[in-house]
Order: sequence, then C-alpha cells, then structure tokens
Amino acid sequence: MPAPIRLRELIRTIRTARTQAEEREMIQKECAAIRSSFREEDNTYRCRNVAKLLYMHMLGYPAHFGQLECLKLIASQKFTDKRIGYLGAMLLLDERQDVHLLMTNCIKNDLNHSTQYVQGLALCTLGCMGSSEMCRDLAGEVEKLLKTSNSYLRKKAALCAVHVIRKVPELMEMFLPATKNLLSEKNHGVLHTSVVLLTEMCERSPDMLSHFRKLVPQLVRILKNLIMSGYSPEHDVSGISDPFLQVRILRLLRILGRSDDDSSEAMNDILAQVATNTETSKNVGNAILYETVLTIMDIKSESGLRVLAINILGRFLLNNDKNIRYVALTSLLKTVQTDHNAVQRHRSTIVDCLKDLDVSIKRRAMELSFALVNGNNIRGMMKELLYFLDSCDPDFKADCASGVFLAAEKYAPSKRWHIDTIMRVLTTSGSYVRDDSVPNLIQLITNSVEMHAYTVQRLYKALLDDISQQPLVQVSSWCIGEYGDLLVSGQCEEEEPIQVTEDEVLDVLEGLLVSNLSTPVTRGYSLTAIMKLSTRFSSVNRIKKVVSIYGSSIDVELQQRAVEYNAMFKKYDHMRPALLERMPIMEKSSSNGPTEMVQTNGETEPSALESKHPPPVTQPTNQANDLLDLLGGNDVGPVIQTSMPTKPASSGGELLDLLGDLSLTGGPTSAPVSTGPPPQPGFLLDGLSSQNLFNDISAAGIPSMTAYNKNGLKIEFTFQRATPNPNIAVITIHASNTTDADMTEFVFQAAVPKTFQLQLLSPSSNVVPALNQGTVTQVIRVLNPQKQQLRMRIKLMYSHKGSAVQDLAEVNNFPPQAWQ
Amino acid sequence: MINAILIFNNHGKPRLIRFYQYFAEELQQQIIRETFHLVSKRDDNVCNFLEGGSLIGGSDYKLIYRHYATLYFVFCVDSSESELGILDLIQVFVETLDKCFENVCELDLIFHMDKVHYILQEVVMGGMVLETNMNEIVAQVELQTRMEKSEGGLSAAPARAVSAVKNMNLPEMPRNINIGDLNIKVPSLSHF
Repeated sequence: MPAPIRLRELIRTIRTARTQAEEREMIQKECAAIRSSFREEDNTYRCRNVAKLLYMHMLGYPAHFGQLECLKLIASQKFTDKRIGYLGAMLLLDERQDVHLLMTNCIKNDLNHSTQYVQGLALCTLGCMGSSEMCRDLAGEVEKLLKTSNSYLRKKAALCAVHVIRKVPELMEMFLPATKNLLSEKNHGVLHTSVVLLTEMCERSPDMLSHFRKLVPQLVRILKNLIMSGYSPEHDVSGISDPFLQVRILRLLRILGRSDDDSSEAMNDILAQVATNTETSKNVGNAILYETVLTIMDIKSESGLRVLAINILGRFLLNNDKNIRYVALTSLLKTVQTDHNAVQRHRSTIVDCLKDLDVSIKRRAMELSFALVNGNNIRGMMKELLYFLDSCDPDFKADCASGVFLAAEKYAPSKRWHIDTIMRVLTTSGSYVRDDSVPNLIQLITNSVEMHAYTVQRLYKALLDDISQQPLVQVSSWCIGEYGDLLVSGQCEEEEPIQVTEDEVLDVLEGLLVSNLSTPVTRGYSLTAIMKLSTRFSSVNRIKKVVSIYGSSIDVELQQRAVEYNAMFKKYDHMRPALLERMPIMEKSSSNGPTEMVQTNGETEPSALESKHPPPVTQPTNQANDLLDLLGGNDVGPVIQTSMPTKPASSGGELLDLLGDLSLTGGPTSAPVSTGPPPQPGFLLDGLSSQNLFNDISAAGIPSMTAYNKNGLKIEFTFQRATPNPNIAVITIHASNTTDADMTEFVFQAAVPKTFQLQLLSPSSNVVPALNQGTVTQVIRVLNPQKQQLRMRIKLMYSHKGSAVQDLAEVNNFPPQAWQ
Repeated sequence: MINAILIFNNHGKPRLIRFYQYFAEELQQQIIRETFHLVSKRDDNVCNFLEGGSLIGGSDYKLIYRHYATLYFVFCVDSSESELGILDLIQVFVETLDKCFENVCELDLIFHMDKVHYILQEVVMGGMVLETNMNEIVAQVELQTRMEKSEGGLSAAPARAVSAVKNMNLPEMPRNINIGDLNIKVPSLSHF
C-alpha cells in the first residue's frame, strides 16, 4: 500500500477544492485511506495520519476514529509521536469518553520521564483535559514537580495544579506546602503561574485566603521591584517591565485586601505609586492602571486613593482609544453605587459617550447614565436620554424606554413634565415599551388629577397621528374612555384646548376597533372605552349600536365584552352610571412599580373574584364589606381589561364579571362613607381613603394591654395590623415571670368566638425565666371579618417549683382599635 | 480563564481552533460560525470587546479580538481575565508567531497548523496564561522542534529512506565505459 500522503500534500489538495462538495469528497477519500492505514497498525506513518486527522477535525469533519490511535502514539517512545499524540488527545478526547482513562498510565510514566519536554507535554495534557479520576491519581506527581528547580517544569506544574484543584477541590491542602517558596523564584514565568495558583486557592477557600494574607508584604516587594527596576530586555513590553505579572499581582492583592484593613493599609502606598508612575501612552500602561483602579475600588482603601482612582477613570473616558473608554465605562458602572458623587463629576463626558458610534460603548454609557440620574440633574439628563432614545438602535429602545420610565417615576419634578416625558417616549418608541408599562402609566395618569384634561387632549392628538404603536393606543383609548367628557368640553388649562365633538371621538375609537394594526388587546381597550363614554357622552344610541355589532364578533373576548355591555344597556341600565363611574385613585402596592403590577395583572384578580363568589350580586349594597376588602386589599388596576382570557362566564353572575372587568370603578355608595349619588367626577374617595388609613396603622397606633396577671405570671398583648388585609389583627403575647423560680413547660392556648378565626404560631420557647429575666413571645393571628368586638378565652399551663399549674381566663379588655 | 482561542480568516475559514472547555463537535463549528458572524460585522474603529454570543455560554463571557491583515484572532474569556491584558497577550502571541515563522502570513498558519498549536501550548495552558516572555517561548519551541527533527519529524519514513540510501554501499561507478570504438562518458551523479 503506498505511503500515506504528507500533511502538506493533503492541505494543498483540499485547498484546490472549489466547492464544499468537492472538499467533502476529498476528505472522505483521505479518511478512508487513513482508516485502512490505522487498521494495518503501521507505526511509522501513524503520526502523519493523526496530524492529517487533526487538520480535518479543525475543518469540521468527524475524527473520532483517531482517538485510540492518539493513545498509541502517546505510548510510543519517540518524541514526535508523543507530541502529536498528546495534541490529538487534547483536541479529540475529553472526559466523556472512557478512552481517556487509558491515558493515565502513560501520563504517569511521562511525568517521570528523563526529558523535560516529555514531562512538559504530560503536564500540559493533564492540565487541559484531566478528569477528576486522573487528577486524583496523578496529583502526587504534580506536587512533586511543583517543587522541582527546573523553572520550565515548575511553571507548568503550577498551572496543572490549578486544574487539579478545580476538578478536585479537596486536594487543595496537598499543594499548600509546595507554595511556600514559590514567590521567591526569580523566573518570571514561574512567578506568574504561582500567582495564578495562589489566586485560585484564595478564591476557593476562605481559610487559604487568611493563610495567604501574610504574603502581602512579599507581593508588594515584588511589585515594587518591577516598577523600580530599569529597562530589562527580557520582560519588557513597550517600555514596561513585565506588565502581565504586574497585573496578576494587582489582582491577587485585590483578593487579599478585600475585606481586610491591615492588608489594605499595607497596599496603599504601592497602589498610589503604580497609579501615579505608570506611563499611559500605550495599552500596556493602561492595562496596569485599569487593574490598579479596580483594586483600589475593591479593597478598604483611604478616600484620597479612591478619588485618585475615579479621576483616572475619568481620564480614561477622554482617551481616544475606544477600548480604554469601554473599560472605563464598565468600571464606573461598578463603582457608581459606592462612590456616587465622585462619578457624578464625570457626568457630561459619560453623556457624550451616548453619541459614540460604537454599540458596546453606547450600551455601557446608557446604563451608566441611568445610574447617575438624580433629582438635581433629571431635566438635563432626560433631555439627553430622550434624544438618545430617538436615534438609537432598536435593541436598545426597550431597555432605554424602561429606564426612562423608572427614572421619571422616581425623580419627576412636576406632574406635567412626567406626563410630557411619557408622551414623548410613547410617541417615538411606543412599540418598544414593555407590556407592563401600560398599566403603570395608566395608574400614573389617574393619580395626577389636575392633569387629566391636558393628558387626554395630548393623547387624543397623538392618536390622530398614529395608531400603529400599541402601547400608545392602549393608554390613549383608556384615557379617552375615562376622560372623554373633559375632551369634548374643551377645558384645558395647560394647553390650547382643541375642539372635538363626540362623534369625532367615537370615530377614532371605532377606527381602532376595525383597524388591522390593532391587536386583540387593543380592541378590547377601545370597546371598553366606547362603553364608558356612554355615561359621559350624550350620543348613547351610537354607542349601543357599536356594542351590539360586536356581540357577534369572532374574537371571543370582544364578543363576551359586547354581550355583557349589551346586557348593561338592557337589563341593568339603572346600574350603568354607577358601574362606569370614574376610576378612584389607585394605591400603589409598593414602590416596585412594574413588577408589582404584573403580579396583580391576572393572577391575584381571579382569587379576588373568587373570594366574592358567595355574595349574591343583585344586592351589591350589602356586600360593602367584601368590596371594601377588595378595594383595600388588592391593587386591582385597569390591567384587568387586558387579561381575562380564561375567565368563564362566572357563576357569580354577569355583574360580578363586569365589576371585575371594570375594576371596581364604583359600586355601592352605601359603603361606610357616603359620597352621595355616583356620577361625580370624583372617586370613591373618602371610604377608600379612610380604609387606606386604617391599613397604615401600625403597632404604634394600638396600645398594648395586659391580658393576665396572676401568681407572678404576666401576659401582655401587643397589636399590629397585617396590612394586606385589614381584618387580620396580629397579636404578640409577651409572657414574663416575676417570681424567683422559672416556669417551665409553659403552654399558652387561646380560643375565640365562632365569628372569628384564630391562628396560633409557635412560641419562642416554653420556659419563662424567673425574675423578669426574659419573656416568651408567641404570635396570634385573628381574622375578624365582621368587625365584632374581640373576645378571647385563654388557658395557661406550666410547671412552677415542681408543681403543675393550670389556669383559665377571659380577656375582654381589647382596645377598640384592635378589632375595628 | 480563557474559554477558547479561535483564529479564522476574513471569510470565516478556521485556521486554528482551541477550546479549553468541552463542547460537542457540532457546537464547536456553530460557535466558530457565530463568532465569525459577530466579529466580521464590526467596523475597524470600534472597540475590540464584544459581549459573547449566546452559545459560548453565559453573560460572564466576552469576546476579545484583534484583526491582523487577513486574520481574526479571537479570545473568549471570562471576567477573571483583564480585558486590556488579553489584548496585549494576543499581541505577544502574534509577535511570537512572527519570530518563529519569519514574517508570518496566513499560509504559514495553514500549512503548519501543528506547529502553531505547539507554540500556543507554550503560551496558554489549560485556559490560563503560562508564559509571556517572547524569547523564552521561542527558545523552548526551537529546542523541541530540534528534538523532533533529530528523530525525523512528522514525515518520518521518507527521511529514513533517504538516510538509508545514503548509507547504502554503492559500487564505484566507472567513469568511462569503453566498448570498442564507442566512448560513453558517464555523467557524474551527485551524492544523495
């Protein structure tokens, strides 16, 4: 059989292929030749064949049949064979194949070979793809080589040790003794890899970290020598002496000094020295400076040093080199939380970076700008950010829009500004805003009472221009539905009022319903808006017609809504005004804005509805309590309009659904507060607000009381309201003992009348220490839905001075606030 | 840690592929394609850092690349490596290749893929930087190449064949063959 062709020949041949198919053919032919050559167990040409195989593997062709051959090559005596064999093993084999374990013996022998290059090959392979079993077997050999005086091998052994530690962390202690004099090496290669090894050990184990802290002076000394030494041709890179080693040492110093004052202090001088003396004209100098800055920011450095670091970053920002700017922006982002004021000084430069052409820099600058926005600079920053939003790539728009909303929410100087900003975002990047910002915006608009006319006018105008951006359309149609009367009445203080007739408004809304651009959700919004206008406009007939048309719509959601609205016209017309009344001010459930709203979107709503199921709906007036529960309890917002997909025509009756749908716009005015007849452009105000006030009463508002005081045992009750539900009173009992003996096996039990529900949580302990040395606490939760006077019977059992004591008592003197 | 080192040309053809983490073969090729796609889109005056593609794993990984003539050198690293330091490392690697190959060009990398691997092995081991001193690296590589050459190198057999012929005992060729009147001058054959 002719000798297999040389690697060079193969490469040349493959390169002549003009198409992918031709190349594949050539390779297949060659693979077949190689396979038969392998079968013949030809020792002379094996290395050549494996080399060719590796080349084909790089091009993407399968080469697994060469794995065993690599092993045979490794076992050979020739250096050439071993070299290509190990390379093949590293490229073709990995832990997942069982074959690799066969290598272990070869590697072991090679680790003890007489030629250092063979030893080096073995270390390299073990360090690249050694599995945990292999590492366990061979760790001892590696450790031995770590102590050798041959620097070529020592540095490889150090990196191999890192790999072993990564695979088998328990073996870390084994390498500890060998690290003792690693740092006293002169050879920079060994120093470098030793620092890597030390870094790995410190990162993995806090014990090692404290152990190695004592090396800080030595590291500082090495660093100093590197900086102070003159030109050394060996390690020089663009005029700086071994920058790689400097960067490594700085990183290790960072880890060592992180939460330790002493180490940080020892480093302060050298860090200041590096920061001031390093030349910054080339990339190497900047790399060192960058690492220094990161270290300064991470350890407990003194403030002067921190200011120096931030100023260096500021200088980086002005550098022409994009890489430096990128790196500076990244690190500023990390430090903006801790050193906010210092970073603020560079705000204008950062904002300029928004206009950079480079995508990575723009993204960093955007994130940093949002982090820098505060009450003082909000107007200026927002202008820049909005300008950026207009001109940036679509990938950025979503993030930028959300950022703008968040920032505006936190720092808006005035409501009008806030609404203007939102309008601007909606009109320019409306299709990119997140879905959950729609309910957030609606809530914001509802809450800015005086701006309603202005808002609805602007939104209407925007709608006339463009109906393609869904979030904008949804918010606009909701607002027009709510405040349509303000729109047609033409009262607007902030702006020139526009003259709009009811028909024009209805035209626009109907246009939304039929347009191809509207999503089903948007259609739902506009149908509900049209319905709401039936109480605000006089052209009710037109609205009736529209609603009845959609009663036979193909879209199930629209159909359901239309049918229910029709029912409202026919059977429940007397309730229509009450139901379609203005929205009350919505309470924000927490400051988490968007995420919170998403939560209440669909999920909690059905449960709220379910809790209402029992009460028959035809007498909404008597269900004041339940409604109040809902109103006080959940942040049920207009989001409901968007997401009632699986809500069946519920058993509670259509009205229940409608109520849910309209999110409780009004309802029974016979709630504990009277607001007179509904159609007031006000909200379900006082009742709601006092309810809210109740929710906010904390323990400080309800006085504590002594429930029991007999035989030296005193039990005190303190109260708290569980704010999500005003009907739950949280009582904490404190049991204390004034006698001179402990009360052990203390058990507290309580019972309440049938109209209440009680939940007793576990006590802090069952021993009440003597002489008031401590108290036992236990939490009781009482549900009091009917707001009746709270009464409780308690039973106490304990052991005192050897005898068991039992007692019963009634507790009637609860303060009124506890149960009202 | 360095996750992968990729060298490919302006058309995306791989010239050197080294992964320091396990990836299946198809995934490897996909990563190469995706990386090429990301890197080739970049203008020449933007920064050399890219947030990595989704394939090569996680938000922690960055692609740091440099473009030399017709080749892209791409290092995929995680956050434990200094970005600017890696840029310098790429420079050191390329300069080392230059020293080893005398004015290295793409063809050298094509035809001497194994040698490039060996050089890389002296610079980066197991995803970590081993040696950054160019002279040291070049010296070690030289010594190992010499060892290989003394054994005959990859093209082992022909070398042995040559030396076998050299050692053959050829009988002395007559300078002139006299057959009657004909005088044929035998050209002198040079030694093998």
